[in-house]
Amino acid sequence: MNFVSDPRWSDALTRLPDYLGNHVRVSLTALALGLAISFPLALMVRRKPVLRDIALGVAGIVQTVPGLALLALFYPLLLALAGLSLQWFGTGFSAFGFLPAVLALALYSMLPVLRNTITGLQGIDPAIIEAAEGVGMTQRQSLVMVELPLALPVIMAGIRTAAVWVIGTATLSTPIGQTSLGNYIFAGLQTQNWVFVLFGCAAAAALALAVDQLLALIETGVRRHSRARIVLGCLGIAALIVATLVPSFARAKNTYIVGAKTFTEQYILSSLIAQRLQAAGLSASPREGLGSAVIFEALAANDIDVYVDYSGTLWVNQFRREIEPRAKLLDDLKTTLKEKYGITQLGDLGFENAYALVMPRKRAEALGIRTIADLAPLAGSMSIAGDYEFFSRPEWTSIKQAYGLSFRRERQMQPDFMYAAVAAGDVDMIAGYTSDGLIAKYDLVVLEDTKAAIPPYDAIVLLSPRRADDAKLSDALQPLLGRIDIAAMRAANLRAAGNDSTSSPDAVARWLWARINK
Amino acid sequence: MNNAAPLIAYENVGKSFEQGRAKALDDVSLRVAAGEFLAVVGGSGSGKTTLLRLANRLITPDSGTVRVHGDDVRNVDPIRLRRSIGYVFQSGGLFPHMTVAGNIGITPRLLGAPVQEISARVDELIDLVRLERSHRDRFPHELSGGQRQRVGVARALAGKPKIVLMDEPFGALDPLTRDALGEDYRALHRNFGLTTVMITHDMAEALLLADRVAVMRAGRLVAQGTARELSQSTDAYVGELLNTPRRQAERLRQLLPMDDA
Repeated sequence: MNFVSDPRWSDALTRLPDYLGNHVRVSLTALALGLAISFPLALMVRRKPVLRDIALGVAGIVQTVPGLALLALFYPLLLALAGLSLQWFGTGFSAFGFLPAVLALALYSMLPVLRNTITGLQGIDPAIIEAAEGVGMTQRQSLVMVELPLALPVIMAGIRTAAVWVIGTATLSTPIGQTSLGNYIFAGLQTQNWVFVLFGCAAAAALALAVDQLLALIETGVRRHSRARIVLGCLGIAALIVATLVPSFARAKNTYIVGAKTFTEQYILSSLIAQRLQAAGLSASPREGLGSAVIFEALAANDIDVYVDYSGTLWVNQFRREIEPRAKLLDDLKTTLKEKYGITQLGDLGFENAYALVMPRKRAEALGIRTIADLAPLAGSMSIAGDYEFFSRPEWTSIKQAYGLSFRRERQMQPDFMYAAVAAGDVDMIAGYTSDGLIAKYDLVVLEDTKAAIPPYDAIVLLSPRRADDAKLSDALQPLLGRIDIAAMRAANLRAAGNDSTSSPDAVARWLWARINK
Repeated sequence: MNNAAPLIAYENVGKSFEQGRAKALDDVSLRVAAGEFLAVVGGSGSGKTTLLRLANRLITPDSGTVRVHGDDVRNVDPIRLRRSIGYVFQSGGLFPHMTVAGNIGITPRLLGAPVQEISARVDELIDLVRLERSHRDRFPHELSGGQRQRVGVARALAGKPKIVLMDEPFGALDPLTRDALGEDYRALHRNFGLTTVMITHDMAEALLLADRVAVMRAGRLVAQGTARELSQSTDAYVGELLNTPRRQAERLRQLLPMDDA
């Protein structure tokens, strides 16, 4: 199979109308909103140096905030506002997806429009403005008939810059729940599907270029008094807007939205759930690449209907509770989910994706280490590697306290590289994830946590409040519960780490279903 | 002409810029009679441009009064005042994004004239200032300096003003064009019974075109009168200004055979 005939291209293509449509919709709305704010603002502040500097300064600071962070910040902000609105006016709104993305992107688009409008107007020959005054124009007439037309090329350049920025940055709105061309990129990066990454980048670039050229066409049309150019440019923009409406019409009314976080296992499981729903004759649509906090709030707010989370993640990260014995924790978790959020815990899938101390099997056997307790006396001469957050997480404190562990050295590492590093002996030990396929690949062993210092990370299926009593949904998912053991999940994750057509989450999910449904 | 009622009157006018630090006009009184062609001569910074702009209230005086048609301009709507007064800017001041027709028709358009009427008026003015009708749809950058200034004159006349203010209108033109345009304007001034105030730094141009010349220096009016009256002035600066055209005229008389020679 060669690069061009790779079936992942056609897979990518079938997702294009949905991703592109959403991308255009969120970008153009944000651009229109940004323009509607920054253009009048520029006109208001242009002759007031203090206000002008403040406006440009604030817009400039916004610009320095990384796009992803800006988008991420709007989510909790809107969530709080939605809560207040619900409290005061009795109606809330969704803080998920479209709204935070539009607001953040609109803010992002303001600087070029603001700066270019002000610069363009200031750059006009004062003699011409004086002439406008001299022939008897009011300030408004001077602005509309003389200053704006003359500043138009500079203003349009600003709008075009804003358009390109917004379209590019909109790819980052995937983790806050807005479908965009970024879905290709996030999914592709996680599942090492470089076809998707390439496709997403190319599509976003092509869209940015197209919008830029359409705006350029309108600009030259206005400047050269060419009606044909203006009409053509506007038609192009209008066609894009129509294209964005297609996905919202195409989507069935009662579609189940299946969420997935940003790592491979989640993509596989959401594909598996979607496939089971479709097999039961239900319509399912994935919403992938969501941030860990975002996905939970989205479920609680009914923005998505179902996803798989891990008990320990919810307990420690979401609820910020102390680690409890396994049975009590799982029980308390179920009650808390139901009572506080209305979320139904349908059941567990049968495996855990927990943090675990992992080392090469041969070395463990040679040293006679089977449990973490066995490790304790030797730890002082050993080094350990973990991901970027592990050493600051409560689990690590808990392990160290329970077993009195103290390592010679703690290193932070990119998760993908940890396993190879421990297999090669670069570090003695890693804090890995129990369901990772690389454990099998490198013949590593997970040390037993006999004192239950690490909270349970059972994979559990969660349903949104409005789907709590949806029998069709629970029936369709019932066959998955308790059926996926750690070996199956590891094997599936390992398959998905490959880089060919059989490693797409859909293909791996089908393979996993075939394996557990024997 | 001095006996006629003044159309524009400056009464003890003072004006400073930069919060009083730069004095542009210092107690200037000057009357411009209806139908008169007055040239204001002075170097840069003499206050002549300030004097011109006071007349259509592009600026307002700090002290004293400016009257147009007998009314204090402070009591007149500045927009209406400006639309009723023609203004020719230094090197044209044309709107670069508008055609010749668009530039000429701007004041009637602002006054709300119907499109057809504006179009007819534009054609009429193009003929009057001796442009070609084929220039109608050209843009200012496609015209020569002289053509641009003719458009400037046509634009100033489009609203059928009684008063035309000209800010060094012919300064940037070559001598031949300048002479032709000056003569053409002089004819328009006479034919339409206009009252014209033209500022210039060129005494020869002032003497040749205007009925009367006012001389400004450092914000003060140092002399005013016809060529003959000025030549009798005892003011040293006026004498200095008159010296150049005198010397040139003398030299030219010697060099060129006269018509009747």
